[in-house]
Amino acid sequence: MENLIALLVAAPLLGAAVLLCGGRRLDAVGHWIGTAFAAASFVLGVVLFADMLGKSPEHRTLMQHLFSWIPVEGFQANVGFQLDQLSMTFVLLITGVGSLIHVYSIGYMEHDERRRRFFGYLNLFLAAMLLLVVADNYLLLYVGWEGVGLASYLLIGFWQHKPSAATAAKKAFLVNRVGDMGLSIAIMLMFTTFGTFAFGPVLQSTGDAGEGKLTAIGLMLLLAACGKSAQVPLQSWLGDAMEGPTPVSALIHAATMVTAGVYLIVRSGDIFNAAPDAQLAVTVVGAVTLLFGAIVGCAKDDIKKALAGSTMSQIGYMVLAAGLGPIGYAFAIMHLVTHGFFKAGLFLGAGSVMHGMNDEVDMRKYGGLRKYMPITFVTFGLGYLAIIGFPGLSGFFSKDKIIEAAFAKGGAEGWILGGAALLGAAITAFYMTRVMLMTFFGEKRWQPDEHGNEPHPHESPKVMTIPMIVLAVGSVFAGAFFGIGERFVKWLEPVTGFEHGHPPVSALTVTLSTVAVMVVGVGFAYAQYGRRPVPVVAPRGSLLTRAARRDLLQDDFNHVVLVRGGEHLTRSLVYVDHTLVDGVVNGTAATMGGLSGRLRKLQNGFARSYAVSMFGGAAVLIAATLLMRAV
Amino acid sequence: MNPVNYLYLAALLFTIGATGVLIRRNAIVVFMCVELMLNACNLAFVAFARMHGNLDGQIIAFFTMVVAAAEVVVGLAIIVSVFRARHSASVDDASLMKL
Amino acid sequence: MSFPLLTATAVLPALGAIATAAVPAAKRTAAKWLALIVSLGTLALAVTVLMRFDPGGARYQLTESHAWIPEFGVRYELGVDGIAVALIALTAVLIPFIILAGWHDADPLETGSKRWRPTQGFFALILAVEAMVIISFEATDVFLFYIFFEAMLIPMYFLIGGFGDRAHEHGEETAATQRSYAAVKFLLYNLVGGLIMLAAVIGLYVVAGNFSLTEIAEARANGSLHMATSTERWLFLGFFFAFAVKAPLWPLHTWLPNAMGEATAPVAVLITAVVDKVGTFAMLRFCLQLFPEASKWATPAILVLALISIIYGALLAVGQRDIKRLVAYASISHFGFIIMGIFAMTSQGQSGATLYMVNHGISTAALMLVAGFLISRRGSRLIADYGGVQKVAPVLAGTFLIGGLATLSLPGLAPFVSEFLVLVGTFSRYPVIGIIATLGIVLAALYTLVLYQRTMTGPVKAEVAHMPDLRVRELVVVAPLVVLLIFLGVYPKPVTDIVNPAVKQTMSDVHKKDPQPEVEAAK
Repeated sequence: MENLIALLVAAPLLGAAVLLCGGRRLDAVGHWIGTAFAAASFVLGVVLFADMLGKSPEHRTLMQHLFSWIPVEGFQANVGFQLDQLSMTFVLLITGVGSLIHVYSIGYMEHDERRRRFFGYLNLFLAAMLLLVVADNYLLLYVGWEGVGLASYLLIGFWQHKPSAATAAKKAFLVNRVGDMGLSIAIMLMFTTFGTFAFGPVLQSTGDAGEGKLTAIGLMLLLAACGKSAQVPLQSWLGDAMEGPTPVSALIHAATMVTAGVYLIVRSGDIFNAAPDAQLAVTVVGAVTLLFGAIVGCAKDDIKKALAGSTMSQIGYMVLAAGLGPIGYAFAIMHLVTHGFFKAGLFLGAGSVMHGMNDEVDMRKYGGLRKYMPITFVTFGLGYLAIIGFPGLSGFFSKDKIIEAAFAKGGAEGWILGGAALLGAAITAFYMTRVMLMTFFGEKRWQPDEHGNEPHPHESPKVMTIPMIVLAVGSVFAGAFFGIGERFVKWLEPVTGFEHGHPPVSALTVTLSTVAVMVVGVGFAYAQYGRRPVPVVAPRGSLLTRAARRDLLQDDFNHVVLVRGGEHLTRSLVYVDHTLVDGVVNGTAATMGGLSGRLRKLQNGFARSYAVSMFGGAAVLIAATLLMRAV
Repeated sequence: MNPVNYLYLAALLFTIGATGVLIRRNAIVVFMCVELMLNACNLAFVAFARMHGNLDGQIIAFFTMVVAAAEVVVGLAIIVSVFRARHSASVDDASLMKL
Repeated sequence: MSFPLLTATAVLPALGAIATAAVPAAKRTAAKWLALIVSLGTLALAVTVLMRFDPGGARYQLTESHAWIPEFGVRYELGVDGIAVALIALTAVLIPFIILAGWHDADPLETGSKRWRPTQGFFALILAVEAMVIISFEATDVFLFYIFFEAMLIPMYFLIGGFGDRAHEHGEETAATQRSYAAVKFLLYNLVGGLIMLAAVIGLYVVAGNFSLTEIAEARANGSLHMATSTERWLFLGFFFAFAVKAPLWPLHTWLPNAMGEATAPVAVLITAVVDKVGTFAMLRFCLQLFPEASKWATPAILVLALISIIYGALLAVGQRDIKRLVAYASISHFGFIIMGIFAMTSQGQSGATLYMVNHGISTAALMLVAGFLISRRGSRLIADYGGVQKVAPVLAGTFLIGGLATLSLPGLAPFVSEFLVLVGTFSRYPVIGIIATLGIVLAALYTLVLYQRTMTGPVKAEVAHMPDLRVRELVVVAPLVVLLIFLGVYPKPVTDIVNPAVKQTMSDVHKKDPQPEVEAAK
């Protein structure tokens, strides 16, 4: 069975290699090859899952050592895999949602001449993401970590002829690199503290290490997670990443890759458990981001950017839960999985809408689309109900548990974190209702563009709607399936541990207030966007709205502090290098040249003057000799 | 006669030769002055040989004569060919060695 | 007496150089093929060296020793340790690609140009450089090493000064002026370094009485050769200065951007991937072995300079407008990493540094050669003259991206392994320096991706609209390099196995032990 793990990663990698090296002759079948490899990986995942279910919960971990990767004195990095319940959850999510999105992309990218390459990149992403979650040590995880970053870079910038896409891709990679710096420092700290960076030895020895070191490792891991999961302060890339094709946004920037940070924190749970300060930092980051993303999501008119804000916010929930320790780990992952379903479904729905609307993304130019695309409307609507936490659907079960766990943190912290999570739930209900109303309800607001092409909204082909339906089914039932009887918690418990939280108020009160704030959020949104017609041109809005439209000024900040500062720094360094460092050398050369010019005048070519200097020299020598004798 | 007087004579001849080399422009005269200096040295060598009572000085004087003879051949040949090319025997005209 | 394999490895390209130069002017194609075949023969010999080398055996293997100038104790002594074997292999692998990439670089210009481009000379000079570099890696006699360390400047001078890019944005006259400026600058910098080293070599002879690296190192180790502290430090500085110029280390780096900018891309690769490696190699072999105490004394200062090189080189790379100069500054940053790894005095750092030399050679070759192909198509080195190349020449853009990703040390590609080892090795002894150095990986991403974005993406510029994609010859150059990058990134064990024993010995030369982890981790 262990050998299948390597195959799990190898299948999509092989697919990527075939598609990217195969050249144009594979153009006609490229998308089928890519989908086949993704599906093969999913089948392998299911086989492994079935095998895992057959074992007792304590013995479900599979280990596979492939080969010694970097053998250097005192430093042993191996290529080895570890598949436990946590990894398995991710494997199924990645390959399952991944395969669905491959299928969807067959339709979505049909008219793109570079479709083969798109599927190659998607396969590359799957391979890297699988490597990330099945690696048995941090260094190999790092390979997957950067690998998904690369795939994300390639896919965001897939339409490279658009400068905005190329810039967004570069930005995403760079911001992620800052996070990667955190991960590499964390690995180096582990190496100096434990002498290794394999999961097993490190996580089992946390008891012996000093708390200072563990806090440092934890904070560095948090930095890494912030980069990959678009958490404050490294959140700025996610909105721009929506420049990529919509299936990419669904797979990478909603369902899987951006949740890698949560995986990292949960995987390193033992480190965080022993470092309360780092844990506190994690919860703060999570709480701040969940509000940040929600506020940004309220102001965006671009449907994908509104959903991106929402993604940021939902991951904030997961990070918050992961920072709560064993009472939260399982719920973080549970929300991650349900979010994977409904957010992927929402993005695919958005893609379907754009597909029918000539790639228009401005929701102010939608309106009343429920009549034109009924399947999209229903699947999107189910995803919408799931994300706002409508009782009985997926999001309800997972989000409610996180809010409960946040209150259970206890003391002032518990009230603040729980309050933030509740407020976030209200805002979530508001902005998602806004998206729903602006897109599918009201009057039609689209007009012919400057070429006179009027969009003709239509339902997407089956190859696109079927994945949406599957995901919608998941959005409806996954939560109940996982949540009832604590099935999911028990599944993950051997890996992450679990403690029951004890909120200061009863669990029922928390649930009821969650539902109440949701209703309030929906009501506000209905009052603003349902009862009144939506203006086609966005109103100026309040100061907060305008700031939120600009992503709460994140880019302005980065621009002023980092970009401008950096430009000035490099420009002045180029000047310094040219004038100062080089100048010293050139100056020496010039001085030498000047001196030799003077000396050259002595060589006037007259034999007599040479003779004079000879005689003079001889006289001086003789005088000196005599003088030395005399002394 | 005191052999030291020969040394005075040699010094006088050498000085005359050196002065000639430094101040005259005609290559032939300069050349003769060089010969004069060489012969002044020869005189000094012979005088020393007499003073110290061994033959080394005389032997070196013979060497000098041989070398001087060879030098005259080469030197005169150069002067003649320079004169043919430039129609001048002035050493200042042959200042081509500077850059 | 067994077959002198090491001598043969160096002599074959030397003979090849003479033979190539002697090919009649009309048969320039024959000269190219001859040079290529000779370089492949050298590669075969280098592979034989690699096979015959036993990583678990004696420190120096395949040794040869003959008296050369007995009056001064100068011997013709060759021998290779694991580090040298790895670098000889790198050199022998890269030269055929350099020759192939520069296939048309020395063709005569179109009619109407007065410049004479001696094709034979170009390839002969490349082979001559190869011979001298290889023998520098092999020499275990300080004097012998010095001679070839200096002698390789002569062919390099002509390669930089004599052969520039075919087209130049400022016209032929300016190009020639800039080229000769770059060549003279290269020569002067390295000559000054070499002169100071000569003084140190003579000083070493005065102190030790001979030039044999093995004898002196052994005498130093067992205490029979005592050096006063100040003597050792002066001699160390003399050697180090020359190597730091060649490496190049900040602030002695300014010759490199000029040289790499003006030379043709294959020659630029020859400079940075092959010749400069002699400098860092010599730090490991000569500075650490001959002057262990002085090396430790100088470590803090050198680490700071290396750190400055890393950050400064990367920042300047960001600010460049010229593709080749950008790669040059990136190389300065990478050399900072190599030197930092050497002087961190940990097993990881030194193994990483050696691996870095190999990987940097391959990755820079990949990036620079593709950049050269790009430049030869458009006739400009300015980044701003490109845009949207990805659309018209996807394979070229793809290989350029892989070269760039290798330069920014993407995990999975070879440079990541070495860069991480260097960082870990430095961090375990000097945490602050290690953390600041990780900034370099962010900056590397910045300059690489900015370069890629400006040249390859965006709307297609009119001047590049009809740019052909990579030709077969160019693909033959790039594809193996890409394969090597991926292979050594996934499975670097063949190289580390050769390098590790040598590093262990160097560590014991300097009497340093790796820092131990705080906690004994559970198994």
